[in-house]
Amino acid sequence: MSAAIVEARGVHKHFGGLHVLKGVDLAVRERELVFVIGPSGSGKSTLLRCLNRLEEPSDGSITVDGIDMLDRRTDINKARQRIGMVFQSFNLYPHMTALGNVALALRRVQGLPRAEAEARARQALERVHLADRAGHYPGQLSGGQQQRVAIARAIALEPRVMLFDEPTSALDPELVGGVLQAMRELRESGMTMVVVSHEMGFARAAADRVVFMDGGRIVEEGPPEAIFGNPQQERTRAFIGQIERH
Amino acid sequence: MSFDEFLQAFFSLEILQQAWPILWAGLLNTLLLSVVVVPLGFLGGLILALLGTVHSRWVRWPLIAWVDLFRSLPPLVLLVFVYAGLPFAGLEVTALTAVAIGFFLNTGAYYGEILRAGIESVPRGQVEAARCTGLTAAQAMAHVVLPQAVRNVLPDLISNTLEVVKLTSIASVVALPELLFQARQAQSVTYNATPIMAAAVIYFILLWPVVRLLSRLENRQMAGRR
Amino acid sequence: MTNWDRFLDSFFNARVAAEYLPKIIEGFWLTILLAACIILAGVAAGLALAVLRSLGIRVLNWAIIFVVDLFRALPPLVIIALLYFGLPAAGLSLSGFAAAWLALSLVLMAFTEEIFWAGITAVPKGQWEAARSTGLGFLDTFTLVVLPQAVRMVIPPLTNRTIAITKGTALASVVAVQEILGAAQAGVSFSFNPTPLTLGAVAYLVLFLPVVILGRWVETRFAWKR
Repeated sequence: MSAAIVEARGVHKHFGGLHVLKGVDLAVRERELVFVIGPSGSGKSTLLRCLNRLEEPSDGSITVDGIDMLDRRTDINKARQRIGMVFQSFNLYPHMTALGNVALALRRVQGLPRAEAEARARQALERVHLADRAGHYPGQLSGGQQQRVAIARAIALEPRVMLFDEPTSALDPELVGGVLQAMRELRESGMTMVVVSHEMGFARAAADRVVFMDGGRIVEEGPPEAIFGNPQQERTRAFIGQIERH
Repeated sequence: MSFDEFLQAFFSLEILQQAWPILWAGLLNTLLLSVVVVPLGFLGGLILALLGTVHSRWVRWPLIAWVDLFRSLPPLVLLVFVYAGLPFAGLEVTALTAVAIGFFLNTGAYYGEILRAGIESVPRGQVEAARCTGLTAAQAMAHVVLPQAVRNVLPDLISNTLEVVKLTSIASVVALPELLFQARQAQSVTYNATPIMAAAVIYFILLWPVVRLLSRLENRQMAGRR
Repeated sequence: MTNWDRFLDSFFNARVAAEYLPKIIEGFWLTILLAACIILAGVAAGLALAVLRSLGIRVLNWAIIFVVDLFRALPPLVIIALLYFGLPAAGLSLSGFAAAWLALSLVLMAFTEEIFWAGITAVPKGQWEAARSTGLGFLDTFTLVVLPQAVRMVIPPLTNRTIAITKGTALASVVAVQEILGAAQAGVSFSFNPTPLTLGAVAYLVLFLPVVILGRWVETRFAWKR
């Protein structure tokens, strides 16, 4: 078993008077795909956003690829290149082409010359099968294509970990497949992934470990067959039961 | 110049006391003028906007030409033209009449554009639904479309009204004794800048709440633009 | 002489027109120069204030908001009067051109700041987050991701506001600047014929009609689908 590449310990998060994370411990090993499920408001997205410090945790420690994310001396912009993130609402830059979206950080953060940045951006787009859409603006792409461009934007920086925050929730059902396919291929290439999603089928098929969160805490975790087939906790059972009924 | 001299030149209480009756009369005239020209301009705008709903190019193109003409002429030019020009055509106009005509033409064009955008923002289905219940076209416009239209463009209407109230200060050019004119008179009599400064402060106190309100409304409007 | 002849003789008098056309043309170029100076200074200063405001330094932001509110609430002509007639009391004399330029630049600055700020805050938080998650710093995120989107949103309101404020150049005639209106009024008082005013009005149309039509086009071209 390889060492943990993501390690969160005792993470708390307050939003004003709201206690959203109540001491979460999560370790993710290299090449592992961890799936985080739970009812809305359970804190799963907040946990994900704490891992690359889009949200500032109120307490606890977070280490990614050996870097202390919460240390003031850490160059957060450098650290974030190692952590790719994909958002529910894609967040593509509407004023740039697909290629421009992917190449921006390569040029400005990694300092690559334009030609090299665009060559690498094109490779990333190829990996999500969208090389032929490189010149399109986000407004000219379907939601599924936009999300795959967003994935390309993240993997172009060759991150050590990828975070997915409900990547298919904003998509029409017929567009979900393409995004899941891109994620599956990413997984097969050995990427470490933390996924917050409601795609239970994908979780069963691809996850190494499923983490169930509720009320700001991790209630139960284990291999998918255990969590879905034989949950130990009452709350997990209730949640899985509700989902299965749909 | 010492600080005391500066205060004496711009914020002299003594001068303010002397000038106050003059300024007060000017303020009242400014308010009175606003109460006249704002409804007048709004009325002009409403007429233009309603004409804009007529689907005929014989109405549409002259209308666009009219609106663009009066949006192209600076309001002061229009005012001077009416006030100093019309007498040559044998029409003596008082300063107030000149201001009323100028504002009706200029402000009306702006209100007209705003109201037109408002009417266009109301979905077609609203008129269709109203007509299906037996309302006439005029009734549908008055009771269904216009109330929604005004609500949709309320920030722009308020903003334009603010500009119109500020614009009444150009009436000073044709010697209508509104606030700025009175302040200038007081200044030339006292040889002191306090009256103009006082006029500026009065305008600010009067209009600041409107500016604050607008700033909030506009931020929300821009967020809706995406 | 019929009424019509008298009308033509008054407003379209060829002899007077020929005599004063050169003055009006001089005024035309002066208006353009003044307008260009105002747009340059006003938009640049307004954008700079908006960028400063996005740094989020509280005391600085209060100051910016106050200055912006101030120049939105004051009528431009009052600011011009204060600068031109008031400042000499402080031992500082501005030329009419400088006073009009400074006053209208300050007004345009205020509106530009307000519009840009609304545009910047209207860019969704997700755009910041996406850029920051790829390691882009604050400055890169702001200039490469947020500002271009804000600019696109603000182009229509900014265009219209800029047109409205540059039309205020006519106010400079009040402080003895021989721009179009100033030259036209001087012509009327010398010739005792309103034809120079007609020329002036035509000059303004030549200048602003294309701009107003351009503004109309910009509004549809850059409209975001709601």
